[in-house]
Amino acid sequence: MTDGIRPLTVSAPVLRMRGITKRFPGVLANDRIDLDLYRGEVLALLGENGAGKSTLMNVLAGLYRPDAGTILLGETHVEIDSPRDAAELGIGMVHQNFMLVPTMTVAQNIVLGMPDLPIVPDLEEIHRQIEALSNRYGLLVDPQAYIWQLSVGEQQRVEILKLLYRGADILILDEPTAVLTPQEIEELGHVLAAVQAEGKSIIFITHKMGEVIAFSDRVCVLRQGRVVATKRTAETNPRELARLMVGREVLFQIEKAPADPGETLLVLRHVCADNDKGLPALRQLSLVVRRGEILGIAGVAGNGQRELAEVITGLRDIKTGEILINGRDRTSSSPLQMIESGVGHIPADRMGMGTVGNMAVADNLAMKSYRSPPLAEYGILRREKILRFARSLIEAFGISTPTPQTPVKFLSGGNIQKTILAREIDACASLLVAVYPSRGLDVGATEAVRRRLLEQRDAGRAVLLISEDLDELLTVADRIAVLYEGRVMGIVPTASADVETVGLLMSGSEAAELDGVTSAPSTVGAF
Amino acid sequence: MTGLVALLTSILTITLRAGTSLIFGTVGEIYTERSGILNLGIEGMMLASAVTGFGVGYYSDSALLGLVVAACMGGLLAAVHAFLTVTMRANQVVSGLSITLFGTGLASFLGERLGPATNNHSLVGLIGPRFSPLVVPGLSQIPVLGALFRQDPLTYALYVLVPLAWYYLYRTRFGLNLRAVGESPLTADAMGVDVIRIRYLYTILGGMLVGVGGAHLSLAYAPGWTENLTGGRGWIVIALVIFAMWNPLRAVLGAILFGGINAVQFRLQAGGTTIASAYLNMLPYLITILVLVAMTWWEALSHRVGAPAALGVPYIREDK
Ligand SMILES: Nc1ncnc2c1ncn2[C@@H]1O[C@H](COP(=O)(O)OP(=O)(O)O)[C@@H](O)[C@H]1O
Ligand SMILES: [Mg+2]
Repeated sequence: MTDGIRPLTVSAPVLRMRGITKRFPGVLANDRIDLDLYRGEVLALLGENGAGKSTLMNVLAGLYRPDAGTILLGETHVEIDSPRDAAELGIGMVHQNFMLVPTMTVAQNIVLGMPDLPIVPDLEEIHRQIEALSNRYGLLVDPQAYIWQLSVGEQQRVEILKLLYRGADILILDEPTAVLTPQEIEELGHVLAAVQAEGKSIIFITHKMGEVIAFSDRVCVLRQGRVVATKRTAETNPRELARLMVGREVLFQIEKAPADPGETLLVLRHVCADNDKGLPALRQLSLVVRRGEILGIAGVAGNGQRELAEVITGLRDIKTGEILINGRDRTSSSPLQMIESGVGHIPADRMGMGTVGNMAVADNLAMKSYRSPPLAEYGILRREKILRFARSLIEAFGISTPTPQTPVKFLSGGNIQKTILAREIDACASLLVAVYPSRGLDVGATEAVRRRLLEQRDAGRAVLLISEDLDELLTVADRIAVLYEGRVMGIVPTASADVETVGLLMSGSEAAELDGVTSAPSTVGAF
Repeated sequence: MTGLVALLTSILTITLRAGTSLIFGTVGEIYTERSGILNLGIEGMMLASAVTGFGVGYYSDSALLGLVVAACMGGLLAAVHAFLTVTMRANQVVSGLSITLFGTGLASFLGERLGPATNNHSLVGLIGPRFSPLVVPGLSQIPVLGALFRQDPLTYALYVLVPLAWYYLYRTRFGLNLRAVGESPLTADAMGVDVIRIRYLYTILGGMLVGVGGAHLSLAYAPGWTENLTGGRGWIVIALVIFAMWNPLRAVLGAILFGGINAVQFRLQAGGTTIASAYLNMLPYLITILVLVAMTWWEALSHRVGAPAALGVPYIREDK
């Protein structure tokens, strides 16, 4: 053990990982990692995105082969060559992206691949066993339901049941709370306590300090593939953990100069648009964004946020109404026309819409400016210019990538987001539409993203920030417009906004009943 | 009235006979695709199996031996496909098409070389052993459905094989593993299922069934060897797999539909219709296209589960 910190129970660890090293092309994901796990404890594995947490646990779960290092279970050396080996040793993992077959039932997923399953499994019996387990741990789920019918929270319960059904003694949960609502996170806490009470050990991966404090007995902090500290949770605090994780002091509060809005840049007037199912998503929506300000869009997911971003970026046709950018009519423009009028877009779906995973970072960076000189001349791409261009952006935005030619899918989530930011900010002349830009990012990357948005504002550009994180809107935005069923319920200046007012608007209360809130139409009328 | 019954009985008899090779092929390809491997080599594998099956049968005078060798031929070509796509992670479409090109060429080559010197070394036009229809006394006298009991042993084998194939796929642990590999290999792997082994196993098994289908053509349905004996049945099989929604029971339906149109067309031609035979010959293929279009349409509308989600996607454990 590197620093000799042990839990309250003095006993030998059930699991010891020693000197685990794992290399991927161009990345040292795990660098001589030592880790101990004791019986009946919850060990938090804390680290930023890309720190190597999932990799280390995939090694333990038998999915990845380490390049070096040993694993001891109790006092015996073990070779874990496959997930099957891990299961036989009582080690099970709930992966960050769930491993479930959507077209199969809960019960089928739970028993899949079990070596001692009879050739013709008795499903009735299995259903009964699963129900008994669900009741014991409070993991309620119908064993006969198909996975595709379940919510994400329910799917996670199935994943945990899978481990318990196999009698795992060491449970690894990879960022289990990322997909849960606050209520579900609380329930998960109860489940963990029940599991722990039976003497099983849990490794809980997270990048949120609050969860470390709430759930764990000990915490092991990883940074850039190395263990930087192992602490007893009771003896540390969020601030210290954040510093260890990021490697420097983290400012929880971004200081921000007051906005200095200039001329009007984007105007939406009475815009109506349908969603993919052909139902109205935006109803008579009107908005104004000025240069030098960040307009935040708040609202419960599914109230027209996505459609709003798509309408402004030319990805969705509007049925009625008009869109003006820089005073020019841009109603029913194509995405290319929107790009040409200076609209940058940071889409919600980073991998699907934001980047082409198999293409190099350099090509992804050039994806908006490749059409014209200097990156292309007479329709021919200038490779060396693209590379030079990419290098300068990688440098300026601190994108951590082995080389500019690395396929972008090999980067961590934060670095993929930085790649998109770099491209859009570079190409965007006037308006930046950012949709959930910090979703799923760790503290460091979130801070970087928010700073960039403010930078854009201060450079005199207009920013439309769609977010589901009220704290983010309150720290970054200058005004917050609240969407409800495709309408702007009201616009609140951040300076005078409080969570309660915005929350009321989000639930559909009329702006007129609330103090200090402008209702949307009058804003447009003033214009 | 008896005339009509006789007509229907004979149409059903021919339908089943014409459909047998398709059912073998379709069930085989369903198993292969369920593991996530798309094998477009069926046509070539069927031809190669048909010619070797007939050749071996001709010299050994044993249809059974011919059948076994044909199955092995199908399995062998499928093993090549498995090696290329599973181990080498080649593009499955390209590999499958190459197998078809190779199998087709191999079949015509063997057809012109394997024969006896007296026949110019050609197998074409020779008469060899065959699986003849075995008429079950009593049962075969049932009006119309009696057709079910005037078939050759390979068709009879299907009466057991098809329900078994269904049961295996949906009710046994092996079927569960197989389906999981085709839907989500990473999940299956993480659950301790050996993805690579399963993909090899079922690609080869599927190939062997396709081989049996080929042998049925040259040893039972149209005994003997002629160039292009399959008449595109390998491609029909690929369409039938989609029609069957990767379910062995539904494969029978598709095969009977196609075999039925064949039989009717055959009847019409025999009855001396005025429709040009070129159009009649076109009919089964045309209807296949129409059925596929309709099916796809209906599926899109009803959001049914279709192809195995990982069909055509190579699996690499540490891939991202
Ligand atoms: N299968 C893989 N192939 C290539 N690189 C990978 C793979 N898995 C992870 N990486 C890289 O290894 C590093 C650590 O990743 P990961 O363990 O997923 O981090 P974490 O779970 O802490 O966010 C990252 O730079 C990531 O891009
Ligand atoms: Mg991770």
